[in-house]
Amino acid sequence: MSAPTTDTATPVTPNESIDAAGVRKKMLENYPAKTRRKREKQIIVNEKQLDADGAKVLPVIAANTRTAPGIITQRGCCYAGCKGVILGPTRDIVNITHGPVGCGYYSWLTRRNQTHAPTDEHDNFITYCFTTDMEEENIIFGGEKKLSQAIQEAYDLFHPKAIAVFSTCPVGLIGDDVHQVALSMKEKLGINIFGFSCEGYKGVSQSAGHHIANNQIFKHVIGENDKPRGRWAVNLMGEYNIGGDSFLIEDLFRRCGIDLVATFSGNSTYDQFANSHMAKLNCVMCHRSINYVADMIEKKYGVPWIKVNFIGATATAKSLRKIADFFQDDKLSENVERVIGEEYPAVAAAQKKYRPRCTGKKAMLFVGGSRAHHYQELFSELGMETVAAGYEFGHRDDYEGRRVIPSIKVDADSRNIEEMNVQPDPDKFRPEGPEMARKAEQRGYRFHDYDGLMIDMKEQTLIIDDISQYETERLIEAIRPDVFCAGIKEKYAVQKMGVPCKQLHSYDYGGPYAAFQGAVNFYAEIDRMVNARIWSHIPAPWDEISPVKEVSE
Amino acid sequence: MSADCEAAVTPAALEVAATRNACKLCTPLGACVAFAGVEGSRTVLHGSQGCATYIRRYMISHFKEPIDIASSSFAEETTIFGGRDNLLKSLANVTRQYHPAMIGIATTCLAETIGEDPAMHLRGLPDDGLVSAPIVHVSTPSYCGSHADGYVAAVRAMVAQLAERGSPAEHVNLFAPMCSPADLRYLKEIVREFQLPHTLLPDYSETLDGTTWREYHLIPPGGTKVDDIRRTGSARASIEFTHVASASETGAAWLEEACSVPRHRLSPPIGVRKTDELFHTLESITGRCTPAPHAAERGRLLDSLVDGHKYVSGRRAAVVGDEDLVIGLAVFLAELGITPVVCGSGGSSGRLRTAVKSEIPDKAAEIAVCQASDYLEIEEEVRSRRPDLIVGSSKAYGLARKLNVPLIRVGFPIHDRIDGNRTLHFGYRGAQQLFDRIANALIESKQDSSTVGYAYM
Ligand code: SF4
Ligand code: SF4
Repeated sequence: MSAPTTDTATPVTPNESIDAAGVRKKMLENYPAKTRRKREKQIIVNEKQLDADGAKVLPVIAANTRTAPGIITQRGCCYAGCKGVILGPTRDIVNITHGPVGCGYYSWLTRRNQTHAPTDEHDNFITYCFTTDMEEENIIFGGEKKLSQAIQEAYDLFHPKAIAVFSTCPVGLIGDDVHQVALSMKEKLGINIFGFSCEGYKGVSQSAGHHIANNQIFKHVIGENDKPRGRWAVNLMGEYNIGGDSFLIEDLFRRCGIDLVATFSGNSTYDQFANSHMAKLNCVMCHRSINYVADMIEKKYGVPWIKVNFIGATATAKSLRKIADFFQDDKLSENVERVIGEEYPAVAAAQKKYRPRCTGKKAMLFVGGSRAHHYQELFSELGMETVAAGYEFGHRDDYEGRRVIPSIKVDADSRNIEEMNVQPDPDKFRPEGPEMARKAEQRGYRFHDYDGLMIDMKEQTLIIDDISQYETERLIEAIRPDVFCAGIKEKYAVQKMGVPCKQLHSYDYGGPYAAFQGAVNFYAEIDRMVNARIWSHIPAPWDEISPVKEVSE
Repeated sequence: MSADCEAAVTPAALEVAATRNACKLCTPLGACVAFAGVEGSRTVLHGSQGCATYIRRYMISHFKEPIDIASSSFAEETTIFGGRDNLLKSLANVTRQYHPAMIGIATTCLAETIGEDPAMHLRGLPDDGLVSAPIVHVSTPSYCGSHADGYVAAVRAMVAQLAERGSPAEHVNLFAPMCSPADLRYLKEIVREFQLPHTLLPDYSETLDGTTWREYHLIPPGGTKVDDIRRTGSARASIEFTHVASASETGAAWLEEACSVPRHRLSPPIGVRKTDELFHTLESITGRCTPAPHAAERGRLLDSLVDGHKYVSGRRAAVVGDEDLVIGLAVFLAELGITPVVCGSGGSSGRLRTAVKSEIPDKAAEIAVCQASDYLEIEEEVRSRRPDLIVGSSKAYGLARKLNVPLIRVGFPIHDRIDGNRTLHFGYRGAQQLFDRIANALIESKQDSSTVGYAYM
């Protein structure tokens, strides 16, 4: 097998293995009218429809709306998205959760985002979890004093470059001003200290927290360090180094000669963020969680952004080529081809081994804001079909593509998340960025090119936003997939139903799954799961013919 | 954190404001564990959805079973207008989906901060008959107490809101502290073999440690029956196992007061002596001798201690976790000849130090007790006292790794091993398993660090 070429065709053949409309009906039938009306818009059969002009267009899905009370959702809170997802993986910022003990505790080292400090001398606070652990008197009399003291203690203990403060729900209610506390401690201690108003009740999911994290990192950190970077300098955005994914991508970049300024935020450091505006191109992996920063850096500093995906061997090759194509430098293209050539034999060998064992099997993916899309690449490389998928906290653009952004209605839950008004920086805006982008566009190169999950899925598959635990069970009953991808909350319920569940948040202690070597790991893992023999041992001998029963009858 | 370590070592620690690597979880988590031990129950956390998701995830990563916890999903405007509608809606949605036999409601910090009163909201339940399951509500702000307190409060709320007074029947009530499903299963086995009718509350021995299923269950099978909770008010006695729970605030205390059910307060049956106390109590309540298999289990345990205590005796350990567990384990370690040189907990009952020191008087001077502490404070003590092993949850792993000593995983949470729900702490059998693990870990670390690759001892 040779290295893949860049043009992968969009699948057009309809999926025939499931009765999508029938399953949809079943999933909706038990709901009271109001809940059903809401869910009808979020459970969609992927089927192009004719629009007013007679053109075939993707169906519209409702997304990023509040989960009804009492519906057991996969979703977490704004705080989780801000502290846990975006800032969690950075190793040298001390994160302080301002709130009662649980919020901080639950976000302490639970995402398997890995980091690798070059030496023991380098700061690495990943294993620490600071919280103000508010007590009743703080709730009654305010917690600002305790917060200042906690910042002071963190400073005394570690002398870090930066301290970040995260607000939880009660903090918003009692009116503590974390930004003011951060500011005065910043002045006092002379290091960068900033706060996040990421109270859990804001927005409808982690997504609000991503946005708030993007805003504050942009406001307080990016642009602090103007060190010039190499000619092929990029940022990798929306890659969180779960199970070591970033390590593999970093390695590819290094071998290609690509200068990785910062990853947002797998294996990252404060200085990388501070310097990230000096990159020439932003490469966005998880569009949902990080597109805000990419947009803002483009507006303020002139760095264009593209969508990439390093999940799947073909997608990885395609993304590397896309980066090389931007720079229009033969040397870089040569490097990229060489690296792909070096990596590909192992991928081809693995595909040859595992594909026949997995082909034709069915997968479902309900996770995150990009993984439910990206991982379909790996399944199709195994010959497996994704029959149903959806995001936990995606927005319409993640399903239908960025072209729908102007038509997205902002509801009350999202209106309170700040949209920053960003202008070109008079000193630091680099016009060569837009200039390069203009030239690239002339030759058909696309920026901001996220077309969403639906277009890549077959017709007559199911797209379900914010699937509930109850719906998950109905869906599995109706279509018994060969593997179900979700997170730990869903894992054991799915497995009780006799279907293996692969966690795509934490990778079940596995990974890495990114890039070429990661793809090989994933093939082996999925083979192990869909061909496991353990299920055949479940029926006990007495389930069939019981000697006891026979005697007594 | 208002730390309370042995002042001699870290006087500064007393003024620390931040909690650095907490050694406790939040209050509603304990309530969720307790409610999960009722047959057909569903739990609603009244507050923001994030708490329910976090708590659910944490419980699932330990128990490795399906656990559903709903939320009343506050939005920003709920914090202004109050959570009544959200709560009622969540009860209706939970009922339509799951038809529960009981609904437990626990409040989160947000709801408590704005002064929500679920009891009052419940009066507004429409009388359309939809939500007909009994509802138990408990107030669990995390800014007071920890998961252990939430657990006790939820158990008390269940009996206080469901139990019915009646003339004394044959059965006894059993109230265990938060422990593993395996512990509960074993406790029931013991009582059953004494032929003593009983109600264990909560009983998550099956709900949180289930079998494979032939058909899907919306709610995991098992758990204390709601009717049995009602009948706790007519039991002949209650046995509660705790060192630290306030004597007036437990479920057994409520039953004693409101329903005149006599209460026996025992230590959790961890280690030889404390398990002896349990068997002694059961003998006197039932008038029966300890069943032979259990006597044999004790015999084998003691036989192995005689044979093996030389491998552990004289060693030093740090014990970290929930207060009741820490006290029990410290006493057991002392029985083995291991000095529990550091006993630490995030729990703030204020009774940890007195309990440890009075239970182990001959070693009291050598033991540093960190109560209401966090892992960094405990670490300071551990560094100066250099134990040979640590006994604690997965959260103590960082500490064990830094010190390069074995970690014996006990308690909650155990999310980096596969047997959290099967870890046995109670009784002779639990003592046997713990002893074997501890002795083997010490032998192994000695073997591993030996220059000679010996394989015989
Ligand atoms: S707000 Fe309270 S209940 Fe919710 S996770 Fe935080 S500590 Fe726990
Ligand atoms: S209190 Fe708020 S911030 Fe904390 S876990 Fe709950 S929803 Fe999230």
